[in-house]
Amino acid sequence: MSMTLTEKILAKASGRTHVDAGETVWVNVDVLMTHDVCGPPTIGIFKREFGEDAKVWDKDKVVIIPDHYIFTNDKYANRNVDILRAFSAEQGLPHFYDVGTERYKGVCHVAMPEEGFTRPGDVLFGTDSHTCTAGAFGQFATGIGNTDAGFILGTGKLWVKVPETMKFIFEGEIPPYIMAKDLILQIIGDIGVDGATYRAMEFAGDGVMNMDMEGRMTLTNMVIEAGGKNGVVEPDEVTFDYVRQRTDYEFTPFYNDPDAKYHSVRKYKSAELEPMVAKPHSPDNKATVREVINSPLNRAYIGSCTGGKITDFEAAAKIMKGQQVKMDTFVVPATTLVRDQLKTTTYDGETLWDIFLNAGAHMGEASCAACLGGPSDTFGRLQGEEICISTTNRNFPGRMGSKKSSVYLASPYTVAASAIAGKIADPRDYLPEEKVSATV
Amino acid sequence: MSKKITGKVFVVGNDIDTDQIIPAEHLVYSLDDPEERRYYGRYALSGVPEAQSGLPKGNIPFTPQDQFESEFKVIIGGKNFGCGSSREHAPFALQVAGAEAVIATGYARIFYRNAVDGGFIIPFESEEDLVKEFTTGDEVEIDRDNSVLNNLTSGKSYPLKKLGDVVKIVEAGGIFKYAEKNGMI
Repeated sequence: MSMTLTEKILAKASGRTHVDAGETVWVNVDVLMTHDVCGPPTIGIFKREFGEDAKVWDKDKVVIIPDHYIFTNDKYANRNVDILRAFSAEQGLPHFYDVGTERYKGVCHVAMPEEGFTRPGDVLFGTDSHTCTAGAFGQFATGIGNTDAGFILGTGKLWVKVPETMKFIFEGEIPPYIMAKDLILQIIGDIGVDGATYRAMEFAGDGVMNMDMEGRMTLTNMVIEAGGKNGVVEPDEVTFDYVRQRTDYEFTPFYNDPDAKYHSVRKYKSAELEPMVAKPHSPDNKATVREVINSPLNRAYIGSCTGGKITDFEAAAKIMKGQQVKMDTFVVPATTLVRDQLKTTTYDGETLWDIFLNAGAHMGEASCAACLGGPSDTFGRLQGEEICISTTNRNFPGRMGSKKSSVYLASPYTVAASAIAGKIADPRDYLPEEKVSATV
Repeated sequence: MSKKITGKVFVVGNDIDTDQIIPAEHLVYSLDDPEERRYYGRYALSGVPEAQSGLPKGNIPFTPQDQFESEFKVIIGGKNFGCGSSREHAPFALQVAGAEAVIATGYARIFYRNAVDGGFIIPFESEEDLVKEFTTGDEVEIDRDNSVLNNLTSGKSYPLKKLGDVVKIVEAGGIFKYAEKNGMI
């Protein structure tokens, strides 16, 4: 009986030899991740339901990464980090990444792989919708609420409905001016913000398999923007190398059976892809950059779990090197490791950090920052009627702080080109010669 | 348990995401503390742009910003209600404001699950898009036994989909109460 990759993972986790899409199964959880926004209420539910003295089901499987509201004077936000700290101490949790210490990381979905918590074949739940990012590692990963997370803290189990899989295949080499963000914006624009509700989205084809892990993570990160339950990429040597460099955890990779059944299969020719944007106010409001070129902007933002990884900044630096931004441009590394890498990685003899600084960008601390608005003193937050172009993942009204603002979503190349131009710009007009010449 | 929910409706459009249901800046309040939790009621649906807040007219706040409770018991939306983040604060905020049900043509998966598992509000699905059929402030009655929504103001009735598998969790008042009832925990 044939199965998809997602079905095989859920079969293993539920102690079955076979599961079908549509079945409800109870799975054993390999990792539960939470952060400073949803951790405190999850802890509250755990204590209310299992008792003040209850212990979590497995200390090694709970990962707590404060990342949302860190560099703020909001007393309630700071209190929430205190709650995480107290709970981690009380429970003796080894995987707590406390604010203000050398262990502090920043954005959980980027810190999780860095620390070796994303592993092929695993089941990961997190109290954040972008937990689906980890599917890039060939695992089942999805976001849940506080009640479900409280249930897992006490039992190590949760029920899930086995999703059907929509497969997206990219055939052929990805052009050098196209980034993973362009692929996923194209897909979401094609199927809509509820086009994958309840389903798994799998990314395949040589266009995807030739991507590094960070490119694959950009794809799986945004499946939630199409309503998807989980995103997944079959694991390969690229995956294994990345994971084995960070953990000695023994994982079990799974692959699709050749005759696995899919909800649908959609094929794209990589060579025909265009740099894309999602226009305000929805991730499925797609346009090619060419269609909206020269549209007015007054803010650029490069950061977040989907657009604040080191490869995102390497891309932006290629365009911003030696240039000056024409509007307020905010650079926010996802994690402290990415921040350190900005200071050690060079392009054309200059560190990425200096390239951005010399271009006139504002440099922020590792955290979720303005991707989701946050408290009013959040770095880069939109406060009025700004028109922002951003490498983040969501642009519904008010997402970045002000419901009077407008947000375009785009790749780091497109955001960097636009920052230099002061309006929406096509990266093909700004990429250095060797990048562009490789395309013809 | 009362099988009927009655009260005024509040009408919004498609793709009402969790940032519109409870803007992220307000996620700092405790959900347990009786003083702090009231703010989730005050800021429920405050992220909806004014023109789309309380259709068809717009410019109607779900909760007046000097109060903690809404006069609206039922929310009517279009497709994909509750998309976006996984914050359980979203259905919680609607409950704290005093709402008892949402009626939409479809829901984002995590919002639906949170609403049911947390026992906050009942997410009903309508057979057809009702956004244009209702005016904010209409008096309605949800007849759960017969899966019907009655507009008491206009006198019209609309079929709702049956709750299906989740009805037992809804009846129990959430996943923990359901699990206790069934000897699971």
